[in-house]
Amino acid sequence: MTELGILHFLIVSAALFTIGVVGIFVNRKNVIVILMALELILLSVNINLVAFSVFTGTIQGQIFAMLVLTVAAAEAAVGLAILVVYFRNRRDISVENVDLMKG
Amino acid sequence: MALIAFGLIAAVVILSALFVIAARNPVHSVLWLILAFFSSAGLMVLIGAEFLAMLLIVVYVGAVAVLFLFVVMMLDVDFVELKQGSLGYWPFALLIGVILVAELALVWSASGSLNFDAFDPSPGAETNTEAIGAVMYTQYLLLFQLAGFILLVAMIGAIVLTLRHRPNVRRQNVSAQTGRRRADATELKDPAPGQGI
Repeated sequence: MTELGILHFLIVSAALFTIGVVGIFVNRKNVIVILMALELILLSVNINLVAFSVFTGTIQGQIFAMLVLTVAAAEAAVGLAILVVYFRNRRDISVENVDLMKG
Repeated sequence: MALIAFGLIAAVVILSALFVIAARNPVHSVLWLILAFFSSAGLMVLIGAEFLAMLLIVVYVGAVAVLFLFVVMMLDVDFVELKQGSLGYWPFALLIGVILVAELALVWSASGSLNFDAFDPSPGAETNTEAIGAVMYTQYLLLFQLAGFILLVAMIGAIVLTLRHRPNVRRQNVSAQTGRRRADATELKDPAPGQGI
């Protein structure tokens, strides 16, 4: 543990992932914060990919991190668009009442 | 030295992530999220993955976080009411978190050695960006195109979802405007003096 190793990055990434999952459960009423927690989870995945890529001396992990970044951006855009439509219909962004939209 | 820098940046990452999920005001959450992204980029710079770090700042801070801020400010949500009774979820959420950490620790203790000795952020090239560019447009060209396609689909999807046609709104009709001729719009009169049209 005396010099910077992959374990350090794995610990940070695991902590970030756990915080993201806990955030989804805590903010049951606010969809925006749930989306932000999802971004945190994807960020932890990216840190893992980059750390493994660098410490094993292969470039593939960084390519894949770019793809994860793309998907994260697309997910944020579509998620926020759905949120805007939902707010327009209900004047409210509480997750608990989403099942009212069932036909 | 690198370890000290890592410790500081990692502490900032984790603290700001905690504030993202715990902040009362979603605008503050977005700002903490931006700090988390910035410091994660710092972590990546620390091990030499500069290109991904800059990409993280450009994409996340420049696009995603601004999108979040835009939506938070556009939606007129009563955030005080939103927070009512959310304290009740904490014990359950913490239980989930503890279980998750225990599982991750279990995986770590069961895994083999993690001492990779091939540290190299730019294999086969001078710089990190060069190493990525050498394979990005050759070996992974199809994946690259697919990523662009995903962005296109997401863009069209977001537009289709949020577009709405209000009735009773006057719109510009460009083809009618450009198709208009002088003969349709004007009429030449020759009024006699003192009579008017």
